[in-house]
Amino acid sequence: MLKVDGVSKSFGSVRALRDVSLEIRRNEVVGLVGENGAGKSTLMRILSGTMRPDAGELSVDGRRVVLSDTRRANEHGIAMVFQEQSLLLNMSVAENIHLAQEKQFTRLGLLARRRMIEAARVHLAKVGLEVDPTVKAGELNFAARQMVELAKALALEERTDAPLTILLDEPTSVLEAKDIDVLFARMRSLKSRASFLFVSHRLDEVLAISDRVYVMKDGMVVAERASDASTVPDLHAMMVGRDLHSEYYREARQAPPQGHVLLEARGLSVQGIFRDVDFALRRGEVLGIAGVIGSGREELTRTLFGFLPQTAGSLHVDGAATMLRSPSEAVAAGIGYIPRERRTEGLVMDLSVAANVTLAKLDVAMSHGLIAHARERAIAADWIRRLSIRTPSSAQVCRNLSGGNQQKIVLARWMTARSHILILDHPTRGLDVGAKEEVYDLIRDLSAEGIGIILTSDTLEETIGLCHTILVMRDGAITARFDAAAGAKPTQVALLEHMV
Amino acid sequence: MPTLETTRAAAGAVARRPADADARPPARRYRWRGRLAEVAPLIVLVALCLCIGALSPAFFSVRNAIWGVGNQAAIPLILAMGATPIIVMGSIDLSVEGVLSVGAMIVVLLCTNDSNAHDLGWWGPLLAVTACTGLGLVNGLVHVGLRIPSFMATLGLWFVGLGIGTVALGGSAVRVLDPRIRAVAFERVLTFPMAVWIATAAFLLALLLERRTRFGRYIYAIGGGEDIALLSGVPVKRVRILAFTVAGFFTGLAAVVAAAQLGQANTTIADGRLFTTVTAVVVGGTALTGGSGGVVNSLIGVLIVAVLANGMVLLGISPYVHEAVQGLMIIAAVALSIRRGGSLVIK
Repeated sequence: MLKVDGVSKSFGSVRALRDVSLEIRRNEVVGLVGENGAGKSTLMRILSGTMRPDAGELSVDGRRVVLSDTRRANEHGIAMVFQEQSLLLNMSVAENIHLAQEKQFTRLGLLARRRMIEAARVHLAKVGLEVDPTVKAGELNFAARQMVELAKALALEERTDAPLTILLDEPTSVLEAKDIDVLFARMRSLKSRASFLFVSHRLDEVLAISDRVYVMKDGMVVAERASDASTVPDLHAMMVGRDLHSEYYREARQAPPQGHVLLEARGLSVQGIFRDVDFALRRGEVLGIAGVIGSGREELTRTLFGFLPQTAGSLHVDGAATMLRSPSEAVAAGIGYIPRERRTEGLVMDLSVAANVTLAKLDVAMSHGLIAHARERAIAADWIRRLSIRTPSSAQVCRNLSGGNQQKIVLARWMTARSHILILDHPTRGLDVGAKEEVYDLIRDLSAEGIGIILTSDTLEETIGLCHTILVMRDGAITARFDAAAGAKPTQVALLEHMV
Repeated sequence: MPTLETTRAAAGAVARRPADADARPPARRYRWRGRLAEVAPLIVLVALCLCIGALSPAFFSVRNAIWGVGNQAAIPLILAMGATPIIVMGSIDLSVEGVLSVGAMIVVLLCTNDSNAHDLGWWGPLLAVTACTGLGLVNGLVHVGLRIPSFMATLGLWFVGLGIGTVALGGSAVRVLDPRIRAVAFERVLTFPMAVWIATAAFLLALLLERRTRFGRYIYAIGGGEDIALLSGVPVKRVRILAFTVAGFFTGLAAVVAAAQLGQANTTIADGRLFTTVTAVVVGGTALTGGSGGVVNSLIGVLIVAVLANGMVLLGISPYVHEAVQGLMIIAAVALSIRRGGSLVIK
């Protein structure tokens, strides 16, 4: 039995886990649900040995254990099947299953290849996957790879006496319905060999496969329920929890959008990913897109910024049909993109604040074909003042600034480039509460200036609080459209019904 | 992991003093550490000069400064001016030696020489620089157009260039007899040889490109984060092609000076130039991972390499030892400059 007792974990001022306790008994499937940011992934990382808790204890069969790395976690019978899949696609299935465990097959330093392949066959048989172990992992489809990962996790039972616990992080998000059925059938038949901790956004699946469910919210376990005594709406209500604070999202400043349409999609589709998306973004409107992982909303935002050109339908910027083949074309069309990964996609960290502000439109700082540094500094200083960016000077290198301030610099860049359509891709991810509120204020400011905003967010609460209109996506199609005027906001449960 | 530390430190600062100071503590620490890293090459240069000067008083003579260091540093500096933007971009140009031998070959074969009857005067160097610029453009087009990593594309052109140079010269050395070409290397203006002035002009031109043009800004953006540059609408492909073309131009300039200094072109005129160039750039503090450093760093790097070479000559140390020392120097410089903490894997 795996027991988690009073575990806490913080990242800077963000408390990802607070005094979390739960247990996974032998031969049991335990579900774990919660919104993005509730702390599920952090907990999984701690259990799989890739992260250490700040406080609290873990124990296996009543004995305290310290999971300092993956190998140690494996020794205690814990294995993780990763959401992003951790197989090496250039290596064979057998090599993947035994990766870093080849010692059992070596004699005089040489690998007994045939024995490795035979052993792999045994593990594959456990999960009912009929593939040749010498085939490269890259040649298998996603569902088969997931089964290989599961077989890899089960291979652990030969190396440890501890009870086996397999952590499954969103295993169904990349699978089709029939593959999910196969996975669940395997999990049921493997229950005699192992326990499972199952994390998923799809609550009906969680209830179908698990014996008990833990609900997490804001880094805490807020409920534990037997699956056969719970319903999907129950879980929704517990995940969502507290009421909306209309003040928090500056709802009083939400004015109805008016004026002409800035960006319009008609039947926009990318083959195999999303289809028939229609919307019209007006001046000053904040348009939210809600949906779980795999619903197609991330890809839709990427299409709107030219990463992923549409395969059907049309996109109209200021009334003119436009095909965005690359981000540069999107920038030229007046679209700006504020990415979720500021460190890798948002700012050039080694460049100064000023250089980052003018990066998208260096023209503003040029005179006679050369960069006029004084003018560039003045432009940056103006934005530092207007957005109250906390930096010693405009010459400061961006790496040294905090996340909220970096986010403002990305915004200043698009304002300098005179973008009139902004795509905010999870703009508050990783920010603390104070910085989030500043971003909310900025969104209202931008909206008041007539800029059209497309927003995807980590939480439904934020989407509902900030947006004028909300599109809900599921499985690549829009399933609902909500008007979210100030004072007449839809509930999270209403949105969730169309998401899962 | 320095980046993570900063985030945590910044977040911690927020927790303690929410009002006005969230960026400052890590900034101060970084500024101090950053400053030290910035001036480290300069400190090394000064220390090296003092050490060598102490062991060999001849080092500090005007004659040695001009001919022993300045004149020797001219060609490496011109080459480094081309290599620096490419390295700042996170790429590399290995074709220096091939392009340089083509340039030198063109100069000697088109100006008055002891092999054919051509006498094109200033057209010789002009065409040489043009041809080298064109080869740089080819580098860029192959790298960007065919999407081949820069080190592979330029490795190819290195040997293409060497082959062309060798065939055109017929495998032997051709002497250049035009006195105007010889003057490029040796005519003295304000006590310094012409080569030093050409190198200085190359440096100023590169500095202008780096500090005051779009091109200069964009190479840092690409080196610091190509994705981000792309997302901001930077014409990444054009900048990449331009960087290799600019490198070709500077290599062409270096080829003219090399032909003039040597008074001839032969198959070994470019030997060792690539290594010296990359060493100088890296020792100056420009990271091979891109995004930092610049031509001022490269100037200091070139001087470090030149002073060290000069010192060894003055102290009577074997040139083979010198090569070994240069090898150690580049490893040490890379070891000190890379922020390895941040990445899990070094390839």
